[in-house]
Amino acid sequence: MTARPSGAGMAKKIARGFFYSPKVAPYVLVLPFLISFLVFFFYPLISTVQMSFQNIAGFDEVRFIGLQNYANLLNDRFFSAIRVTFLYTFWTILILVPLPLFLAVLLNSKRKIGAGFFKAAYFIPQLTSVIVAGIFFRFAFSDSATALINTIVAAFGGEPVQWLKKSVPTMAVLVTLCVWRWLGVNIVYFLAGLQNISPELYESASMDGASAARKFLHITLPGVKPTIVYVITISVYGGFSMFAESYALFGTARTPGEIGSTMVGYIYQQAFVEARLGFGAAAGMALLLLVLLINVVQLKFFNAFETEA
Amino acid sequence: MRSDKMKALSLAVCVLLLAVFSACAPAASTTTTAAVTTTTAAETAAAATDATTAAAPAAGGGDPVKLSFWTFQNAHQEFMADAANSWNEANPDRPIELEIGVYSYDDNHNNLLISLQSGTGAPDIVDIEIGRFANYLKGTPQLLPLNDIVEPLQDKLIMSRFENYAKDGSYYGVDYHVGVPAIYYNTEICDAAGIDIDAIKTWDQYAEAGKTVLEKTGVPMTTLEVTEHWSFYPLVTQKNSDWLGADGSVTLDDASNAEVLQFLYDMMYDSQIAVPAPGGFHHAEEYYAFMEGGGAASVWMPQWYMNRFTDYMPALNGKIAVRPLPRWEENGVYGAGLGGTGTSITNQSKSPELAKEFLSFAKLSTEGSLKTWTMLGFDPLRWDIWTMDEMKAPNKFTEFYGTGVFDMLVTLKDQLHPIHVGELYPNAQTLVQSSVVFKVLSEKSMSPQEALDAAAQELRAQQ
Repeated sequence: MTARPSGAGMAKKIARGFFYSPKVAPYVLVLPFLISFLVFFFYPLISTVQMSFQNIAGFDEVRFIGLQNYANLLNDRFFSAIRVTFLYTFWTILILVPLPLFLAVLLNSKRKIGAGFFKAAYFIPQLTSVIVAGIFFRFAFSDSATALINTIVAAFGGEPVQWLKKSVPTMAVLVTLCVWRWLGVNIVYFLAGLQNISPELYESASMDGASAARKFLHITLPGVKPTIVYVITISVYGGFSMFAESYALFGTARTPGEIGSTMVGYIYQQAFVEARLGFGAAAGMALLLLVLLINVVQLKFFNAFETEA
Repeated sequence: MRSDKMKALSLAVCVLLLAVFSACAPAASTTTTAAVTTTTAAETAAAATDATTAAAPAAGGGDPVKLSFWTFQNAHQEFMADAANSWNEANPDRPIELEIGVYSYDDNHNNLLISLQSGTGAPDIVDIEIGRFANYLKGTPQLLPLNDIVEPLQDKLIMSRFENYAKDGSYYGVDYHVGVPAIYYNTEICDAAGIDIDAIKTWDQYAEAGKTVLEKTGVPMTTLEVTEHWSFYPLVTQKNSDWLGADGSVTLDDASNAEVLQFLYDMMYDSQIAVPAPGGFHHAEEYYAFMEGGGAASVWMPQWYMNRFTDYMPALNGKIAVRPLPRWEENGVYGAGLGGTGTSITNQSKSPELAKEFLSFAKLSTEGSLKTWTMLGFDPLRWDIWTMDEMKAPNKFTEFYGTGVFDMLVTLKDQLHPIHVGELYPNAQTLVQSSVVFKVLSEKSMSPQEALDAAAQELRAQQ
């Protein structure tokens, strides 16, 4: 009889000690993240490294083959995938930084007529499934003369274009699809960045007689620099991990003449379509190293490491 | 005291982490399962459900035994569901409950690969397309040999179609059809040009007739696929050639394959009697519209393409004649049955014998074989069915094409040979589609031999 209250008190005490302890509580709080990180990221990463040195020829034949998978990566299809991925990332960044910044400045200006409407209009494509968008673009950019875009080309007196059978038009379609889907999101990022710039800076600049261009260059641009760095970083990541757009546009990971095949598409093709899991893992490692390298160089370029410190 | 408690807690946290971490360790395949969970969670969940229900107790007590079946074709779903109903009528003492999952082509094959690799989650019965089948025969196949249901019927079956799904003398898949190569003429255009399609026996004669058609009607004789292999491959098999040899070696760069590509190239750019298929291949929406509008006088595709005309080009009703493919020489090699989907039984099935019996009932019995024609419009694997009166009974195919199709096909039944589905087959097919035919016929960036050499070199590097 006497033991019960003291037992309950003990439990309460332990619980309190547990949750209020500055040393234990943080571990408990980060535990869910830690577990999911270890299970879904760390373990697959280690396993991928291991698989990249193996030839997994079937369901029960796993052989260590050293660097052979990496040596086999030196082939035209992989290089073509790297080229497509690089170009795609380059063009999307080139468009998806200045354009949304410009539109965000317009939407943020004092004379904002219909700003709410335009914000929504730019953002709505993001809500579309990439598969639906890809299928729509596939038919719109079909090579027949009666397809939507070729009809417009014909109205301007042009010949029908084989959009998805030649590398330059294909890249144009992929970049258009990406810009159409992501413009609104980047505008939101830049709008948020613009809100952080104190209006007083603009006011005092106006009093000093600064032109709109000078205000943009010397107040807006430095003010949104962290946003620009962020947008470029996620765009590099987004560009190098692109797969769904190309898959939906061509209806398969295999594209004619590899004109639209990306690095992730190549990994998918090798690992699953051709069931070469070891080789696919090696291609995955190559992609990881490449993206790491680019992100480090880019952050160094923007002095991101120094700002952190 | 407090620090002791702390230690105990820290230890507990570590143990928990270790437990979670090590739970994932036993097989490398767990990684892939996890990867799929993130991308196609719904499918994986469905797979798990199938696996548990298929584990229901075996026959007895009149309770239906649950069998799961995955496919990527809606038509196959209807066919198998109908077969399950027929089975239950014929076997009231051993009922089955067929749980069917219809996935996209990629999901069907990827989920199967992963579930076989990880040793759990695979269905009892599964459709595997011929272009992917070799992936599942690598190492020790995780599919069950079907010799005991195939061999008793082998004198009635087109056996070359079973060789495609065989390894070391065991048959692992039962197809839906033979896929006899055929050519479909638009009789309206051919009549207008005044050509006799029955007189066309060789490819030279075909090319000559093509010139007449182009001259008289202004319409190209045919369309050629530039992003898939159906225009190229049948003619390759007619040269007794293939992408791979019988031993799995690479033969893609064989001179006879270059001759075929050159012939196609010449039709397109020299005599100009052929044009690239709108959309790039004969299953593109653009192509259906083009062909339905009288865009070309003919197209060669396997027999199973008959249902594409009935379903996607209905305006051509009564205007399409199915004929044997021309050959390189008048009595030369006819070629191989092409395309197809092998239905297999996985080694994870809890009722493998029942699954086999049902598969045999659905596809190899007289009733089942007839239904591959009446329901799907395919040429059944059992040639003894081809001559039955039931094959001429009115249906949407006889209405569209008349009743003579199988009279023609039966003359070809002994002339079909198998293709060589070695381990590199999926890769070879990808290279032919996205590289060889595209670069030679569409981009014109490589000569036939150059394109074949480059693809063969890449294939050999993977051996």
